[in-house]
Amino acid sequence: MTLFEHLPVLVVIIPLLAAPLCVLLDRPVLAWLAALLASWATFAATIGLVAQTASGETISYYLGGWAPPWGIEYRIDTLAAYVLLIVSGIAAVVMLAARTSVAKEIPADRAARFYAALMLAMAGLMGIVATGDAFNVFVFLEISSLSTYALISMGRDRRALYAAFQYLVMGTIGATFILIGIGFLYMMTGTLNMADLAARLPAVSNAATISAAFAFLTVGIGLKLALFPLHLWLPNAYAYAPSMVSVFLAATATKVAVYLMLRFVFTVFGHEFSLEQMALHYVLLPLAVVAILSASLVAVFQQDLKRMLAYSSVAQIGYILLGLALMSPEGVTAALLHVFNHALMKGALFMALAAVMWRVGSVQLTDLAGLGRYMPWTLGAFVIGALSLIGVPLTAGFVSKWYLVTAAIDAGWWWLIPVIAVGSLLAVIYVWRVVEVVWFRPPNPALVDQREAPLSLLGPTWALALANLYFGIHADLTTGTAETAVASLLGGLR
Amino acid sequence: MSDLPGIYNYLIVVFLMMAGFYVVISQGNLVKKLVGLGLFQTSVFILYISMGNVIGGAAPIVAEGVTVYSSPLPHVLILTAIVVGVATTAVGLSLAVRIHEAYGTVEEDDITAQDRADDETVGTSSTKDAAANATSTEDAR
Amino acid sequence: MTLLGFLVLIAVAAIRLRDLFAVVMLFGVYSLLTAALFMNLDAVDVAFTEAAVGAGVSTVLMLSGLHLTSRWEQRPKRSPLLPLLVVGVTGAVLVHAMLDAPFVGDPQAPVQTHVTPYYIANAPVEVGMPNMVTAVLASYRGYDTFGETVVIFTAGLAVMLLLGIQQGTHNRPGLNAIGDQLVLRSVVKLLVPAILLYALYVQFHGDFGAGGGFQAGVIFATGFVLYDLAFGEGDARTVVPPGWLHRLAALGVLIYGGVGVYALLAGKPFLDYSALSADPVAGQHLGVLLVELGVGITVFAVILTIFYAFSGRGRRA
Repeated sequence: MTLFEHLPVLVVIIPLLAAPLCVLLDRPVLAWLAALLASWATFAATIGLVAQTASGETISYYLGGWAPPWGIEYRIDTLAAYVLLIVSGIAAVVMLAARTSVAKEIPADRAARFYAALMLAMAGLMGIVATGDAFNVFVFLEISSLSTYALISMGRDRRALYAAFQYLVMGTIGATFILIGIGFLYMMTGTLNMADLAARLPAVSNAATISAAFAFLTVGIGLKLALFPLHLWLPNAYAYAPSMVSVFLAATATKVAVYLMLRFVFTVFGHEFSLEQMALHYVLLPLAVVAILSASLVAVFQQDLKRMLAYSSVAQIGYILLGLALMSPEGVTAALLHVFNHALMKGALFMALAAVMWRVGSVQLTDLAGLGRYMPWTLGAFVIGALSLIGVPLTAGFVSKWYLVTAAIDAGWWWLIPVIAVGSLLAVIYVWRVVEVVWFRPPNPALVDQREAPLSLLGPTWALALANLYFGIHADLTTGTAETAVASLLGGLR
Repeated sequence: MSDLPGIYNYLIVVFLMMAGFYVVISQGNLVKKLVGLGLFQTSVFILYISMGNVIGGAAPIVAEGVTVYSSPLPHVLILTAIVVGVATTAVGLSLAVRIHEAYGTVEEDDITAQDRADDETVGTSSTKDAAANATSTEDAR
Repeated sequence: MTLLGFLVLIAVAAIRLRDLFAVVMLFGVYSLLTAALFMNLDAVDVAFTEAAVGAGVSTVLMLSGLHLTSRWEQRPKRSPLLPLLVVGVTGAVLVHAMLDAPFVGDPQAPVQTHVTPYYIANAPVEVGMPNMVTAVLASYRGYDTFGETVVIFTAGLAVMLLLGIQQGTHNRPGLNAIGDQLVLRSVVKLLVPAILLYALYVQFHGDFGAGGGFQAGVIFATGFVLYDLAFGEGDARTVVPPGWLHRLAALGVLIYGGVGVYALLAGKPFLDYSALSADPVAGQHLGVLLVELGVGITVFAVILTIFYAFSGRGRRA
């Protein structure tokens, strides 16, 4: 086998093995270099996978050389490659900025281990996406979860500790529910391989055990993706985590959970079972609508900007689930587009806040009055990200909202359009509050002599902000991939 | 257990799982929550191991004269899950210890009350917290 | 049946008691009884691990956690109605699910008729070891076990990030010892070599009987912990300095991953042990031996790290 054929496993084990390496290197700079190299190597390898699966091919890789269902299989299709690209791309950008931000926020004697934990979180997420084995999902879910709890707890506020604990409890309940769900599937089929499960489930799909498996998996994954009302762990976790962790998690973690839900709903159970027998869309639809409206409203009243963005994330997950709930190829395409675009916009926004945090040491709105005068570039990038969040034309956010509206009209669900409009209007309000304070208020006296953030933070922030514009204008790149992914995911739904 | 056919085993296991789950979501003490998680997970392990059992079977280690073996696969899965469980417990307890150092309590009600008090004095509190957490970080070196 | 009955009693008691020390001890008993139940259900490897980890390591960890927090739980102020409702609904779904489940021990259950027969028929031949659990764990699903090793490493890393680690060697004989008890010390002195020897036996005998790297790592660490408790922070820490444990933990993961990468460089899939030798079964043997060694080292180092982190925290408090 050539190196090229090993790409499916390389994208997971490069960051995975970088973690112990970071621990051995033990010096912050060296560990950062190792993590940086690993994340970019992974990103490059993922691009290779995207190229290999671009026209709908599926790559299968037998770990340990054992054929499934006896061994564990990695299975990369267009959808998996697309989500792998999001995770590794964001990780690569985060690592560029990490050295500056971590030096300020994390004690030097722990920085090396902090990078190791970041690599493990990344490897865990990549592993969840790459695998074609249901139990292997659980193992990599725990790798990413445990490292994430530790990463969140490194925030400077003592509330970070409690936020991490709450996430640990909710996350472990979620993982245990997933374990129960997988157990039921295994009990009724005798297999753990997803493709094998998909083949054997129709024969037993009338059993109550299978319905229960579906319910436990949905709730378990729902906890992980902060499905309303299971989102309560998310705002504090994102708000009090160290800046780099907030960027990485906000842009990737819930996206992988969405992927996992798609994988189980469409690939393992199949849309006939999920929709016709379980009527999943009737559960998701009201939850998505409530998430969009209530979380956007709560975001309007936040003083802490990271907390505001966190609530906004809960609302954005609502949009993604709305697309899913439409259960048409157009709707799922819209959901996938929003997964990608939301990673870009939240990446840019949280990265800009990381730069603010680096300079000012706070992201409380009241502390930032007039900051636009001193940090025009950072806050300029913030505004671009925010415009994309609202869904202004020529930004990435517009593309996914446009697809969502079109899909809703196609499905004949006209009443969804005011919901999307009100959600966007609320986004305008919470974004405008920030713009008004940082650009139009007289400067906070404590900010005098504040300068622009260093290039190491500004560069990644602008890279993500410009990506929002680029994918807003060249929308065909993402829509093409999303449509191919959906075509292979849904098969005969059309 | 093989002398007891039927689903009674499973029903008891369901009760055990729910007892653990109840401890997790109803109790306000962080350490007790972790014990609850442990009970919950351990009971799920019983569910898996029960699946692998077969009437008249033996442990899945090749032995002379044995023809029926219990399935080794659930055993392998649960070995992994036990390890994951203890890993979670260790991380959770470390967090509880740090929370106790920072808040002086591991009762959820007291922690949220302190956080709420901090919220009312926004500005002064954020620096105080940062200082508190910074000292405990010093400690840990 | 009696075992399950005891488990129910313990679960109910654990909900009601406010003395957390008692609750944790009950948890230990619960784990031990579960281990006995696993023996009954023919899961010897799992029983071994549950006894060592659930009843042993977890209970000790929880006790040290209690020592560093507080023993008594407050009377909850909130209403139990919502949790009861959630648990009721979840339980109802579970009971509903069980109505269509195959009976315990049913030889016609899908678990027994699909995939499992392949392992039973081929594991002793293809991997060449009598213990099918080890064969599946370390070879067929060796990648899961790699992930499991990484989970343990992650936990160690998380504890280090949260509680810190002690740098260098702290040779302070007698400090923090349980007390100057002659009998205890003599017993420990006799026990520790036996424990370490047994750990090595478990490490290298996993192919044939119950055991393997994970259990061995736990037992090996227990030997050190015991010595530390009886004699204080002395010679045990000279043998394995606390400041080196995180490196050992990383090394274990790298050994396991290294076997995988070696196969990869030899043009075989990741973790394909047949790359290790011309004879496939010999390759399997060598591969399993090496990865179990990696598991053992990581588990040993992480458990000792966690123990030192908690005990170091206690001294300061």
